[in-house]
Amino acid sequence: MDIQRLHEILSTIWVVWFVLLFTGILAWVLRPGSREAANRHASIPLRDSQL
Amino acid sequence: MAALAAPAPTELDVEAPVRAFAIATVFWGIAGFLAGVVIAAQLAFPLLNLDLEWTTFGRLRPLHTSAVIFAFGGNALIGTSLFIVQRTCRARLFGGEEMGWFLFWGYQFFIVTAAVGYLFGVTQGKEYAEPEWYVDIWLTLVWVAYLVAFGGTILKRREPHIYVANWFLLAFIITVAMLHIVNNLALPVGGGIGKSYGVASGVQDAMIQWWYGHNAVGFFLTAGFLGMMYYFIPKQAGRPVYSYRLSIVHFWSLIFLYIWAGPHHLHYTALPDWAQTLGMVFSIMLWMPSWGGMINGLMTLSGAWDKLRTDPGLRFSVTAVGFYAMATFEGPVMSIRAVNSLSHYTDWTIGHVHSGALGWNGFIIFGALYWLIPVLWNKKLYSERLVSWHFWVATLGIVLYITAMWVSGIMQGLMWRAYDEHGFLQYAFVETVAAMHPYYVIRMLGGLLYLSGALIMAWNIYRTVTAREEEAPAALPAALPMAAE
Repeated sequence: MDIQRLHEILSTIWVVWFVLLFTGILAWVLRPGSREAANRHASIPLRDSQL
Repeated sequence: MAALAAPAPTELDVEAPVRAFAIATVFWGIAGFLAGVVIAAQLAFPLLNLDLEWTTFGRLRPLHTSAVIFAFGGNALIGTSLFIVQRTCRARLFGGEEMGWFLFWGYQFFIVTAAVGYLFGVTQGKEYAEPEWYVDIWLTLVWVAYLVAFGGTILKRREPHIYVANWFLLAFIITVAMLHIVNNLALPVGGGIGKSYGVASGVQDAMIQWWYGHNAVGFFLTAGFLGMMYYFIPKQAGRPVYSYRLSIVHFWSLIFLYIWAGPHHLHYTALPDWAQTLGMVFSIMLWMPSWGGMINGLMTLSGAWDKLRTDPGLRFSVTAVGFYAMATFEGPVMSIRAVNSLSHYTDWTIGHVHSGALGWNGFIIFGALYWLIPVLWNKKLYSERLVSWHFWVATLGIVLYITAMWVSGIMQGLMWRAYDEHGFLQYAFVETVAAMHPYYVIRMLGGLLYLSGALIMAWNIYRTVTAREEEAPAALPAALPMAAE
């Protein structure tokens, strides 16, 4: 299947695959165990060596 | 300009152009607010059009909107984004000092050429995309350089994770580039340089214009400013953002939804009904990410609410988030077709835009500036008291502005649709115009207050920047990059 065919398919079923994509993002972000990394990322602006 | 080079430059960051952007933000803000007060006065007292083509409302209005959105907002966005991306990536700006100065002068040149065109009647006639093709091409060049500088800095980052503010800012840069290029596809014609015809026509042209227009709101005035919120509120409050995971969900839901909301500007037009409904439905769905982000911003203060009493700069940022909540509640309501049939083409729309622009965009910029200026110049703010004055004067100005526009807008809408018992329209158009007069005067006074607040800020910042050097604690070595923590 070439890329053009894939593009045709995806643009036909875009609502479905956008929903899947978004659900996937939600699941990934909110997965158990992501909290600790998130807390570390949240402190990035506060760990500023110049201030 | 000498003040721009005042403190010892840090090795790590490109800061002089950021200082220039901060000054330009104040300058263009005052210019734009002044233009707004002038055109508000023209609506209340038409004599002020002066009977000259260069000073009519039609030419000054785009001058006002471009000055506040692209000059005031744009300088604030570019300046703060260059600051944020260097700090949160722990990397020097890609392209260095030269890149920063090119962006600064390139962007100011865009603003001036666009503004001069408006006064001389050179316009594409597209709202918020008035500049003609030669200005558009120049802006494209500057914008691509901006993307290269921002993206390049992210690529060479030493912090492994890309902080969420940079996600919002990068989305803003990329989407604005796409919108700008597609909406301005045009063919220059004639002997002079000031005329072109757009590639699309009819309802397609209208749809492209409002796909551009609404996403300029969504990505320029929202995503970009959310980037500011996610950096400056944690900095001011001294606490990390309430929920980092919520901020990621906020980002992706905003990105997935916003791009479809444009058709709500074209209710009851030649646009097919299904497209109008699509725009309405997506606008209503936008409630969720907007309010999720608002809660995230406000809750960042939980445990630090007392700082609101002592830090008037933070008061600006938090009130900005409150206005963001209000404007993003009102927007979806107005996008509902039944409501839109009353609100569209009336002053209600103007009031809605200004609660977002004055309250959300303006206040988040003021909050950021009051934090950023002392950091950039390494000086203490001249007066906290003046910040409080600015805050209350500006808030009162917004309240006068938006309440006047609610009353006049709804009244206008009701008068337009009123029928008498014979089925004739009850009011002539000129009667609705006359009825607006007192509200136009109140709106002008509101704008005047907002402008006065900005002048207080300019004075405060001027005194801060030009204050004599205090004996800085000289022992601090200028920004030695800390070894890995």
